[in-house]
Amino acid sequence: MDIFTWGRSPWGQTILQHISWDLFWASLFAGLAFFVAHASYMYLSPHRKREAEETDAMEAARPELPPKIVRHGAVARLFHWVMAAAMFTLLLTAFLPVVGVKFAWVVWHWSAGLVLTASILFHIVHASFWLDFRSIWVGPSDIPELKAEILRELGHDVPGPKPGKYPLGNRLYHLAIVVAGLAVVATGLLMMKRVRTPLFTREPYMLGDSTWGVTYVTHGLAGVALVGLVIAHVYFAIRPEKRWITRSMIFGRITRREYLEHHDPDRWAVRTGD
Amino acid sequence: MAVIRDVMPAFELFQPASVPDAQALLARYGGNAWVLAGGLDSMDWLKDRIKRPQAVIDLSGIEALRGVRQRDDGLEIGAMTTLTDVVGHPVVRERYGILMEAAEVAASPQIRNQGTIGGNVSQDTRCWYYRAGWSCYRAGGNICYADTPESINREHAILEADRCVAVNPSDTAPALIALDAQMVIRRGDEERVIPAEEYFIGPSIDITRMTVLQPGDLLTAIRIPSAWAGASFYFEKIRDRNVWDFALVSVASAMVTEGNTIQRMRVVINGVAARPLRLRAVEDAVRGKTRTEDTAKAAGDLAIQGAQPLKFNAYKVPLMRNLVKRAIRGTEASGAAQLRGYDSQRA
Repeated sequence: MDIFTWGRSPWGQTILQHISWDLFWASLFAGLAFFVAHASYMYLSPHRKREAEETDAMEAARPELPPKIVRHGAVARLFHWVMAAAMFTLLLTAFLPVVGVKFAWVVWHWSAGLVLTASILFHIVHASFWLDFRSIWVGPSDIPELKAEILRELGHDVPGPKPGKYPLGNRLYHLAIVVAGLAVVATGLLMMKRVRTPLFTREPYMLGDSTWGVTYVTHGLAGVALVGLVIAHVYFAIRPEKRWITRSMIFGRITRREYLEHHDPDRWAVRTGD
Repeated sequence: MAVIRDVMPAFELFQPASVPDAQALLARYGGNAWVLAGGLDSMDWLKDRIKRPQAVIDLSGIEALRGVRQRDDGLEIGAMTTLTDVVGHPVVRERYGILMEAAEVAASPQIRNQGTIGGNVSQDTRCWYYRAGWSCYRAGGNICYADTPESINREHAILEADRCVAVNPSDTAPALIALDAQMVIRRGDEERVIPAEEYFIGPSIDITRMTVLQPGDLLTAIRIPSAWAGASFYFEKIRDRNVWDFALVSVASAMVTEGNTIQRMRVVINGVAARPLRLRAVEDAVRGKTRTEDTAKAAGDLAIQGAQPLKFNAYKVPLMRNLVKRAIRGTEASGAAQLRGYDSQRA
């Protein structure tokens, strides 16, 4: 399996061009393999399910909480779905031609890329000033939660820390998406200087051959990483025990029972007036 | 033109005697096979050591691929029929004169004796940056050396450029599209017949190919229906030299008139994009119009809409406009198809 493709410059130099499409197939396989492995594990392994009486008792202890709790505001949901549409358009326009579906993909690709860029910029501003910016990030303080989550996944009954607003898996996924997304956007914007668009004057020599090669390779690596990440995201979104999260991304709210069952009220405090 | 670096690289040479044998070889070698028709484009690639196929499949021994056959609805021309044989066929000369004209101005007499119609429509672009073996978009890279501020791009595209600005070099391709020809392609046991217009593809669809042919595909014949037989044809090829030269721009049209009114028309231009362009907007605009100077002028102006010349090929815009005008007027004697140089820029 090749990782990179190399070419020859007019001066006879060997130059890096882009990733090998073998990596796309590897990422697709990895994403699907994870899907099968995780689904099999969840089906076959014992998982403790909280007794209904336990949750009943938690609800009874917090009668001041509203029956519906806002998890994602309308603006945050709009960003998520716009970004999702842009991401699917980008992946389909990038990889359908690779698998043999030929069409004029370039305009669709950079157009979706601009939508993604705009939505990310909006999200950064929105999350920085209007949302709890720190709630989505991971850090050393999350290690106890990581240990507890691993033990729970292995079937142990662990009383350890529960998540704040976002489960640890969500936050790790967000981190991966941030790295891959920013890499793909930054390199994609540079690559737009090489194609004809109504927005920029073409400047194919803006960077040297080697730098262009690194740019294309970074774009490709981030792109194939996103294939695996998106497969994992869609898989978790449709898993039965995660659908309450998916519903909240559609309708915005979760029930009081879901809040108490899955979150630590000390780490995600809900105003009783909500 | 690329420098000939050495003798040809080693490859397995196969000379099948039948289409099934050729298909079996194509299936076995897939993308590592090189189909050799007349060998005129192929030898450049092989001697320059730019293309290094594992196997070369020489079709010259397959008699079934040669000859012009009459069908109930027109003609079928075997893909290995030489351009000289196409030009000399009486039915082609009598009813499909535009194809005769286009084939007759390809390259030189010696090349037409060896070159085939299948090879002529399937040949690769003449962009010298690409043919020099550099890693441009068309060669799988990430740059077009012909579309930079320093490029010498006098022969390149003014329309439909999408990263790559190479143009299609075929003389017969626009004539075949004007005649609504059908391309017969075999792959394994399957035979598919596609319009000539769809046979050629631009870089937006597949930047590394000029045609829809994929590894394993074999163009076996070209069928020309009788729908445009005996129509009023116009073909003109503008080139730098009178013989042995590729078109800077060429135009091919077929027109059916009633009195002086245009009933229907197909007009195709080549040398301005990576595929021959059928000018549907022009066809629609002139349908039902009288064949006058005003109609010709309007058609010419319409044809060039969207043209984006590069640094050195802006001359192609008036050239294209005036060739379309001439196709509407039909004023240049059909069959002349000779050097007219830049008179065509003055219409």
